[in-house]
Amino acid sequence: MKILVCIKQVPQKDAPLKLNESGSWIREDVSYEVNEPDAYALEEALRQKEKNGGEVVVVTAGPARAQQVLREALAKGADRAIHLEGDEFVRLDPASTAKAIAAAVKSENFDLIFTGLQSDDYGYAQTGVLLAEVLGWPHSTIILHIAKEGDGLKLKRELESGYFQDMEMPLPAVLTIQSGGNKLRYATLMGIKQAKNKPMTKLGWADVASAVGKNGLKIERLYIPVKQKRTETIDGPPAEVARKLVDKMRNEMRIL
Amino acid sequence: MSARGVILVITEQREGKLNRVSYETITAAQKIAAETGWSVEAVVMGAQVSVAAGEIAAKKLEKVYQIHSPALGQYTADGYIAALKPFLAEKLPSLVLFPHTYQVRDFAPKLALALDRPLISDAVSYKYESGKLLFTRQMFQGKFVADVSFSGEPPYFATVQAGSFRADQAENGPAPAPIETVHAIIENSSIRVKPHEMYKEAKQAVDLTQAEIIVSVGRGIKEQKNIEMAAKLAEALGGELAASRPICDAGWLPIERQIGSSGQTVSPKLYLALGISGAIQHLVGMKGSRSVIAVNKDPEAPIFDIADVAVVGNLLEIVPALIEEVKKAKAEA
Ligand SMILES: Cc1cc2nc3c(=O)[nH]c(=O)nc-3n(C[C@H](O)[C@H](O)[C@H](O)COP(=O)(O)OP(=O)(O)OC[C@H]3O[C@@H](n4cnc5c(N)ncnc54)[C@H](O)[C@@H]3O)c2cc1C
Ligand SMILES: Nc1ncnc2c1ncn2[C@@H]1O[C@H](COP(=O)(O)O)[C@@H](O)[C@H]1O
Repeated sequence: MKILVCIKQVPQKDAPLKLNESGSWIREDVSYEVNEPDAYALEEALRQKEKNGGEVVVVTAGPARAQQVLREALAKGADRAIHLEGDEFVRLDPASTAKAIAAAVKSENFDLIFTGLQSDDYGYAQTGVLLAEVLGWPHSTIILHIAKEGDGLKLKRELESGYFQDMEMPLPAVLTIQSGGNKLRYATLMGIKQAKNKPMTKLGWADVASAVGKNGLKIERLYIPVKQKRTETIDGPPAEVARKLVDKMRNEMRIL
Repeated sequence: MSARGVILVITEQREGKLNRVSYETITAAQKIAAETGWSVEAVVMGAQVSVAAGEIAAKKLEKVYQIHSPALGQYTADGYIAALKPFLAEKLPSLVLFPHTYQVRDFAPKLALALDRPLISDAVSYKYESGKLLFTRQMFQGKFVADVSFSGEPPYFATVQAGSFRADQAENGPAPAPIETVHAIIENSSIRVKPHEMYKEAKQAVDLTQAEIIVSVGRGIKEQKNIEMAAKLAEALGGELAASRPICDAGWLPIERQIGSSGQTVSPKLYLALGISGAIQHLVGMKGSRSVIAVNKDPEAPIFDIADVAVVGNLLEIVPALIEEVKKAKAEA
């Protein structure tokens, strides 16, 4: 199977984020990492290749810094990478991102495209589903397990409140992957060395702009949410914090 | 082809019962209608929906459409889109609102793009500013919120986050709303996926819903070996140990101890959140707790927005001190 994995670079979970001066976006001088569900999508793709053969290609749309996530994917075992490089790919609405990615891979015949179920930064939860619409393919979301059966796939989806559902699906298809379906691998030293010689195709905004069209959504402003609850803050050295907490547990919460 | 001033709420039902967030979405629609002067209509869809349609018609709505077809008996994105695309193209509402459920996440983006319209997902509130409708949504895992507008002409599409509006504020109408039946024509061959029945995994051994005290760990615990420390605290407090999703994904604790939208929903007397950032999918599982103490090294962590007591600090230092203090208090008692 020939599989494309969409990987997004997002600010590190622990990175302290600040608004820029105009309050229109975050300050971009933070550390970045791979969007977590995308790491699981890559893992699943690599396992499919190990089982069924084929090729794993990774793609990201983002500025120069985003190349790092492609390097990591190549080191883990992806065969080649496509970088849609440019600052124009930041702050896009999900339909535009989907159209850009579709345009970048239109000459290739993938059997499967994986995305994460949701990005940690924008949280649209749309890009994969939209990619399926642009390509005219079926799709399924929040996938935990994939098995090739005959010409198609048998999938396990996560549903709400502890339910699951199996389904059958033909190829080609787009799947959005949930985290936790597999254990993630680490890149080996050997993998990191080999990655240096793997192909990395670069495309720019100009290559896909005509397919993307106008942004359908506009982020008018970004700001820190207003607190809804009155929160009491406790600080001091650990021993003192512990004493204050126990006092609250005993006298206010009455659980001790 | 200009849109009619109508807000259409696409509700979600299972076995004839609407879910709570469908009612929350009706509340949202009614509030937006009060400001824009638009009217509110609702859609119920499935193979047999007359009971659900009757139930929802009690709400203050201009009209209820029951869209039915045998092909809608079990949810598929292809079936839902085949039913809704021609319907929306004909009705041309100004705004189409959905509850932000797993099912809606699965088909609504595709439906909107099939009609060449943008969708704002997971809105927590809205603003109507000089004739322009904006939806507010969380970004960067709840660290920021954004006001987002649509470009181009309506219909506009948006999904509403669970818990953002109150179901009990959905107004009833003076008389039941008229119900119109729509027969969707769906070719069986157009449904490309074959879903099987929903199921639950083998019975869970721990029931956290009854626990009075829960000590819950997130990725801030850093290493698997530190789980032991949290377990000791839970033991000292006579409570249960729980976790956020990444801890269970990593296999540090079994999935049956996961709290959140894809785990358990709990409401203990005390929920002690250790190194949990407070993503919405976690909060929905625990915000019914009577008291919440959160320990996090980041003063801006969203978990503090819903905590009663905030401790800004390193949990690896605070937890051992707390274990000692709790033991002392118990010994005195
Ligand atoms: C469809 C869907 C379903 C989901 N279902 C669930 C679910 O059921 N349950 C769930 O929990 N999540 C769920 N998630 C994932 C959710 O979005 C978050 O990614 C997750 O809850 C984050 O877990 P966390 O807070 O432990 O980790 P992080 O977000 O990484 O937060 C770690 C926190 O620890 C703090 N920290 C770090 N070091 C220390 C220290 N030494 N001392 C104190 N604090 C420290 C950091 O400041 C940070 O705030 C779901 C996501 C999706 C898209
Ligand atoms: N700029 C991007 N580059 C590569 N993949 C992306 C990009 N944006 C979104 N994706 C993919 O789409 C998924 C869902 O993103 P979102 O719709 O923003 O929640 C992510 O998990 C990625 O797999």
